[in-house]
Amino acid sequence: MIERPDTAVPSIAQRNLEGYVGFANLPNQVYRKSVKRGFEFTLMVVGESGLGKSTLINSLFLTDLYSKDYPGPSQRIKKTVQVEQSKVLIKEGGVQLTLTIVDTPGFGDAVDNSNCWQPVINYIDSKFEDFLNAESRVNRRSMPDNRVHCCLYFIAPSGHGLKPLDIEFMKRLHDKVNVIPLIAKADTLTPEECQLFKKQIMKEIQEHKIKIYEFPDTEDDEDNKLIRKIKEKMPLAVVGSNVVVEVNGKKVRGRQYPWGVAEVENGEHCDFTVLRNMLIRTHMQDLKDVTNNVHYENYRSKKLAAVTCNGVDTTKTKGQLTKSPLAQMEEERREHVMKMKKMEAEMEQVFEMKVKEKKQKLKDSEAELERRHEQMKRNLEAQYKELEEKRRVFEDEKANWEAQQRILEQQKLDASKTMEKNKKKGKIF
Amino acid sequence: MASSDVARQPDQGTRPLSLAGHVGFDSLPDQLVNKSITQGFCFNILCIGETGIGKSTLMDTLFNTNFENFESSHFEPQVKLRAQTYDLQESNVRLRLTVVNTVGFGDQMNKQESYQPVVDYIDKQFETYLQEELKIKRSLHNYHDSRVHACLYFISPSGHSLKSLDLVTMKKLDSKVNIIPVIAKADTISKSELHKFKIKIMSELVSNGVQIYQFPLDDETVAKVNTTMNGHLPFAVVGSTEEVCVGNKMVKARQYPWGVVQVENEQHCDFVKLREMLICVNMEDLREQTHTRHYELYRRCKLEEMGFKDTDPECKPVSLQQTYEAKRQEFLAELQKREDEMRQVFVQRVKEKEAELKEAERELQSRFEQLKRLHADEKATLEEKRRLLDEDLSSFSKRKTAAQLLQGQSLAVNGKKDKDRKK
Repeated sequence: MIERPDTAVPSIAQRNLEGYVGFANLPNQVYRKSVKRGFEFTLMVVGESGLGKSTLINSLFLTDLYSKDYPGPSQRIKKTVQVEQSKVLIKEGGVQLTLTIVDTPGFGDAVDNSNCWQPVINYIDSKFEDFLNAESRVNRRSMPDNRVHCCLYFIAPSGHGLKPLDIEFMKRLHDKVNVIPLIAKADTLTPEECQLFKKQIMKEIQEHKIKIYEFPDTEDDEDNKLIRKIKEKMPLAVVGSNVVVEVNGKKVRGRQYPWGVAEVENGEHCDFTVLRNMLIRTHMQDLKDVTNNVHYENYRSKKLAAVTCNGVDTTKTKGQLTKSPLAQMEEERREHVMKMKKMEAEMEQVFEMKVKEKKQKLKDSEAELERRHEQMKRNLEAQYKELEEKRRVFEDEKANWEAQQRILEQQKLDASKTMEKNKKKGKIF
Repeated sequence: MASSDVARQPDQGTRPLSLAGHVGFDSLPDQLVNKSITQGFCFNILCIGETGIGKSTLMDTLFNTNFENFESSHFEPQVKLRAQTYDLQESNVRLRLTVVNTVGFGDQMNKQESYQPVVDYIDKQFETYLQEELKIKRSLHNYHDSRVHACLYFISPSGHSLKSLDLVTMKKLDSKVNIIPVIAKADTISKSELHKFKIKIMSELVSNGVQIYQFPLDDETVAKVNTTMNGHLPFAVVGSTEEVCVGNKMVKARQYPWGVVQVENEQHCDFVKLREMLICVNMEDLREQTHTRHYELYRRCKLEEMGFKDTDPECKPVSLQQTYEAKRQEFLAELQKREDEMRQVFVQRVKEKEAELKEAERELQSRFEQLKRLHADEKATLEEKRRLLDEDLSSFSKRKTAAQLLQGQSLAVNGKKDKDRKK
């Protein structure tokens, strides 16, 4: 039994500490544990071949992820779009990162590119499914997170606008993964062209209601200012390079042209630093969180809703999504019990009514029978009485007549006797 | 799911690479930490102990604040639990602390069921979390975790050994929660007695197979201090929110005629050790253990109870969808069966009632027939009487006419005679 103090809302009181407690050390504890666990991140790069994807990855992570032995996607010519992953382990400052780069050789390279996003979607979904299955097991061990945390989409630097393929791809993937569009090979655009291009792209993105990755607002005003600055630069125009050149005595990564060096890490030349800082140094964790809390949950709820609401019409599913499938079944069971009770009650009612009707009918015919019987009895009795009366009358009449007859007979006898007497007396001659 | 369309290469295996410069992902732990600081932390602590043993005082002392305390009586009929939640802040770290105290523990005459409300409470928190985790639309990252992260078990300072209630309770709880036994009111035990007492307690725990929480040794930075502390278990603590002047400082202490017991003096009691271990060093580990060990165990048992398995009878892995599907089919079939059964019952009743009514109808019919016959008989009798009467009537009228005729004749004769005479 749990007792809560008598307040309307479970009161969560604020308490000020009057001395050292020590839980301010919690962040350190979390830090320690996370370092011990190590980190993992899956980055997907998508774009037509030749846009500098591998070079950019190598530049971002300052390592030869793609090299002669492990060629980049444009080197691996495929007939159809493939989705392939390479896993690398990198360490820095005591922090271990298992980085998975997923690339799509063949993307956008065919003559007919319709549906070339399908293998990508399938890949992302299959990773979600793996995670869902691992999460749903009865015996759960470590659940490796192989879900795609971020998708860098490379836009060809045409300078005009997005291609239909770009729009189609981003539209289909923005609900499944954090999409960060990049202008590739930005060193072919002058700053003004780049500005216009960016404006055009953002306009088209808004028009088509494409949801690209959004930086979350923080509580810190300073941070928010920075974030707003970054947002204004979207989509980021990047340049990558595998080569280190010397500029003004410094060794920098860059692309050497007869007319100068386009420096990768120079903020005035391109937005590479912005991308790197954002992707790796400040928002990597947030990308993972959004993937886990938004994209994965979307996938999961759709998948589970399909399982539980099989055959149930979709108008009812709104309220059912807040329950687990089992609670769902429990509720359905209860509903069914109620339905059956109602049905039973109705059937009972109909039954009772019919029985009553029938019984009433029987009663009526019984009453009718009684009535007729009574009537006939009375009829007969009346007839009896009548008959009795008649007989009585008859008997009376008969008795009277017989009495009369007897008198007459007597008279006759007396008369004949008198005659006899008279005869004898000679009165009659 | 067209997973066959995806070219799943065999995992190339993770290859280590070296970096040519500072990339910057070493900030990842900081990013994670910043996130948790923004979200705030959450910790739930359960205190089990007899009434008056000093649970609330110790909590106040540990967290340096005055929690709302209710003094309980010794006459509670059953063990209850009282939970209170507080928002605390230390420097930039916000902590949502829930303190759960037992009320009336150890007061009843029959203490057999004393542990049950505690077990129920712990299970209920697990259940709530599990339900949220199983929902279709869920929000785990917003979820206020109410699962018990640490359980302080207060041992009476008898100086001898554990009570059987202690052993029974701890045994029931050791697979559900991190148990940290503490010796309460340690200022009533002398140092030598205390040493013997601790050894006795630990050996009793071991011999009874009670698994208490061990401070983790896997992280090198804290392994050493944790090992040392593990050797001091169980901590003998004294709590006090009153301050006494010692030297030139005000310290938390208990003032006796024979001296002052200073709470934060490690020579006097293990309070500082407890605070260090529980809060400063291992709070996060306690939460992690609760989530990865105790909660997983609960979840596993619950799911198995409900009939979920990871593999089907042929030992092939079964996905969640398949399990749900199967359950759903089962469920629908059961519903259908119930419905059919009900209909059956009804059909039976209808048949029976029909037969009854038919019987009644037949009875009525035969009565009717009987009455008809009676009536017919009576009518026949009446008819017979009528016939007799008619016969009598007709024979009488015959007699009458015959007699009249005779009379008429004789009158006629007499009249003639008289006529003749008169002549």
